[in-house]
Amino acid sequence: MTDLAGNQLLLEIVYLIASALFILSLKFMSSPRTARHGIWAGELGMLLAIGGTLLHHGIVDYKWIVIALVIGSGIGVPLGFVHMTAVPQRTALSHAFGALCVTLVGTAEFYLRTPNVPPFMMSVLSMEVILGSLTFTGSLMAAGKLQELLPQRPITYKGQNFVNLFFLAIAVGLAVYLVLHPGARMVFPVMVIIPLIFGVLMIIPIGGADMPTVISLLNSYAGLSAAAMGFVLDSKLLIIAGALDGSSGFILSVIMSKAMNRSFTNVLFGAFGQVQPAAAAGQEEKTVRSATAEEAAGILAAANRVVIVPGYGMAVAQAQHKVRELYDALTKRGVDVRFAIHPVAGRMPGHMNVLLAEADIPYDKLIEMDDINGDFPQTDVALIIGANDVTNPAARTDQSSPIFGMPILDVDKARTVMVIKRGMSPGFAGIDNPLYYLDRTLMLFGDAKAFVNSLVHELAGNSH
Amino acid sequence: MSSALLNGLFVFMLAGFIGFEIIKRVSPLLHTPLMSLTNALDAIAVLGAIVLVGEHKSNLSFVLGVVAVIAATSNVVGGFLITDRMLKMFKTSRPTKP
Repeated sequence: MTDLAGNQLLLEIVYLIASALFILSLKFMSSPRTARHGIWAGELGMLLAIGGTLLHHGIVDYKWIVIALVIGSGIGVPLGFVHMTAVPQRTALSHAFGALCVTLVGTAEFYLRTPNVPPFMMSVLSMEVILGSLTFTGSLMAAGKLQELLPQRPITYKGQNFVNLFFLAIAVGLAVYLVLHPGARMVFPVMVIIPLIFGVLMIIPIGGADMPTVISLLNSYAGLSAAAMGFVLDSKLLIIAGALDGSSGFILSVIMSKAMNRSFTNVLFGAFGQVQPAAAAGQEEKTVRSATAEEAAGILAAANRVVIVPGYGMAVAQAQHKVRELYDALTKRGVDVRFAIHPVAGRMPGHMNVLLAEADIPYDKLIEMDDINGDFPQTDVALIIGANDVTNPAARTDQSSPIFGMPILDVDKARTVMVIKRGMSPGFAGIDNPLYYLDRTLMLFGDAKAFVNSLVHELAGNSH
Repeated sequence: MSSALLNGLFVFMLAGFIGFEIIKRVSPLLHTPLMSLTNALDAIAVLGAIVLVGEHKSNLSFVLGVVAVIAATSNVVGGFLITDRMLKMFKTSRPTKP
């Protein structure tokens, strides 16, 4: 190893410390008790690294760095204060920003270095901009769907997968060409634009229910593209940060796909979430039992153990604070209330936990699927608020169901099942739910927030 | 292949394994803040953009660098802010609740 000049050595040591702080930062996330230390470690690492870089010997122009940092902070602060219900789209948007940065830096580096780019360097540079640009448009599309600026239902057409793969193949082909001819200045922009188009096409067929997996996957791509950028810039700190982000996104996507019993390829190319007209059509009349808020409140008040199952519908109706009131009212009567959290409930990993924590529900009452499923037979009432497919018993029994094999919350084993729902329309995956026709099931028709509110009122009335 | 790239591959491999081991232990309760935290850390890419702007080697690299610094800084600031807001909300049940 060649000796580094004093300044350069100091900078490398600062980066070394920052790398350690980043790893510690994620380690602190293992428990909610220590998690906030993780932010401090991350912030300290970030400050050290940015401060050290500003002392970099080659920097001649500070004015524009400061201006850009100030504008960036000006955009970042409002993004840090969005409503908790908007966190999925905010996360998708930040993946887009991260990918944008990586793509732009990669593009700049190419034009600074061409035509003297060794083959391996050109390979990682291509990987950086291809992953970066497809993550950029893909994340923007995901954010648009989550914000409901774009239709949430998947849009499919014949030969879609073929078209998508065709675009990806062209991008890879151009990358190979550039590795062989690193002086091809005109080819490079095409290699950036094609994945930009691919990113849009990739998200078009993806439905709302698949968003947790897709956001995690985009997270992983953003991390990998940043790691590739680390290779290009020979920055070990960036390689480490990118590898941590990449593995985090990858692990989350694996957890999400397992929770839906599907593979990545199935999520990306399967276009789940279409209404199956054939299945919906030839249906015999089935009867459901419905109940009023008064009847439901009576049953809840008489129960010993209640498990509440929240889903995306609760987030849409912004019902989490009312749910908290219900939790208080029942707890005060000595009812044991817990929450069953399915890994893919909501629109991103951990979505329900954040919403319920926002409503001040203690996190030790939020129980993961595997830990609570065994308790349903001893549960008096399972109250489902805005969840559908994650409670569908057809996943266990009906081999012809599109969600067959998906792990579900075994709510049908509870003594009484209550489902708050607007009407009998199928969920996002468009699959009928046999749970609603069980003898032990009571349908509570209405808006989630309004109905929970009337339950709270009924319970308050009964106690006086 | 230069030794710098080879060193990079070793670092990537080790960081990947460390990432897997650490992230596997993250409580599923915190998967949303985990994602916003890793997103903020990933915005360390801002360093590459800062150097591009500061060195001002060409007009193209300068302009792209400025936009890249803005994009990444918004992630750093917004990412840490929202992660902190989320984590502050996670409270355990205490016997005395108002």
